[in-house]
Amino acid sequence: MWHDAVLVAGKDLRIEARARVALWQVVPFALLVLVLLAFAIGPDQASLRHAAPGIFWVALLFSTVLAIQRSVAVESGEGTRDGLRLSGIDPAGIFLGKAAAVGLQLLVLQLVLWAGITFLFDVRVHVVWLALTASLLATVGLACAGVLYGALSAGLRVRDTLLPLLVLPVLAPVLLAGSKAWEAALDGNAGSGTQWLKILVPFAVIYLVVGIVLYGPLQEAA
Amino acid sequence: MAPVVHFRAAVALAGRFPALAGVDLSLDQGEVMVVVGANGAGKTSLLRACAGLLPVTSGAATVLGVDLTTDHTSVRRYVGLLGHAAPLYDELSAAENVQFAVRALGLPVAGADEALERLGLTGRLRTTPAGRLSAGQRRRVALAALLARRPALWLLDEPHAGLDAPSRALLGQLIGDAVADGASVLLSSHEPELSVPLADRVVAMGGGRVTGEEPGGRRVTLTAVPAAAAVESAATGGATHVA
Repeated sequence: MWHDAVLVAGKDLRIEARARVALWQVVPFALLVLVLLAFAIGPDQASLRHAAPGIFWVALLFSTVLAIQRSVAVESGEGTRDGLRLSGIDPAGIFLGKAAAVGLQLLVLQLVLWAGITFLFDVRVHVVWLALTASLLATVGLACAGVLYGALSAGLRVRDTLLPLLVLPVLAPVLLAGSKAWEAALDGNAGSGTQWLKILVPFAVIYLVVGIVLYGPLQEAA
Repeated sequence: MAPVVHFRAAVALAGRFPALAGVDLSLDQGEVMVVVGANGAGKTSLLRACAGLLPVTSGAATVLGVDLTTDHTSVRRYVGLLGHAAPLYDELSAAENVQFAVRALGLPVAGADEALERLGLTGRLRTTPAGRLSAGQRRRVALAALLARRPALWLLDEPHAGLDAPSRALLGQLIGDAVADGASVLLSSHEPELSVPLADRVVAMGGGRVTGEEPGGRRVTLTAVPAAAAVESAATGGATHVA
């Protein structure tokens, strides 16, 4: 399973490195969301600082949907979809590999967004370990849930419009817990932030396990 | 020795539609069988069922000793399917696509290099992204991937489509070599003049069933007439003579 996961992750990342969809579309989209939400809130610096964690996570969530759509699109051709099913690769390995590739892209995206809110909203992260832990746990949850729901919608003609409807409500706990944990990290209040990790940990574990178990049947059904 | 493919009254549904409506078919090891028939006769469905991509819902269906009615996924790693669409990632080069197929089975990458060379995919063709290749070149890359995986059962769906004359000749050689190595080949075709000379047996399909059978060009010297008759008969739903 791990060999298969590394193989699939390597393949997806190589494709992404060549196509540069993440670089030229997902990252600019995320920054655009950051700027537009800042416009909507107004020029008041205090309001912007207060809203910064929420803006960060909303931008990340919307960008996650794009990254997942791209991950699904790579396998959407009739030939490649059948090719992957016939490849002999363990479906759990495919799931882990695709989630790892998406997760890695989301980590890079979060670094860019972090730089973005630092520059635009003049905020500083005071409890770095808390922000990093929240981001890592959220990344696992977002990538696993996203790839799972991506598999669910993969065989449908309306997958591009259906996927956000399916996945955004599911990812709402990550938005809430991530925003609160980052808010605490920005305020330097580690104590109140750690309790939100208690939501992110089970979310990541549940979708990791469910994905490993269900990706194969979902791939067949799609 | 048990047949490589053994279907008895096999039914497979595509949605609610019976893509295979009671197929009786048997293919032995080292045998080449050509399936002919009109569009919608069930040729592609037969190949997909043999590959474990289309579940068999009733009847008996065994491929390489795997009972497809109870487990249709285990057989996949032992078969090679060349379908209408090449299973290639456009951003990866020809070599990377074939290497991915080989690594997926845990086979040595050297096999990919040999297959690429055999299909004439050397030099710039080897490193060109699959998305920039012509349809025929993509077909050759897909064939190289199939060859490198060394499947026990080759499932070729209209394999001559899109290939130039030298590539078609090479395909014939590849099939011959695979059979000599003990593989079996099930091949669907609309071009009997190309496929029948490669075959031990020619089977006609119509309406999701096998409607007739006759010897192929490897067993007897045939003109194109019997095979053409098989296609015509299958198109009208009739049965050809059984050899």
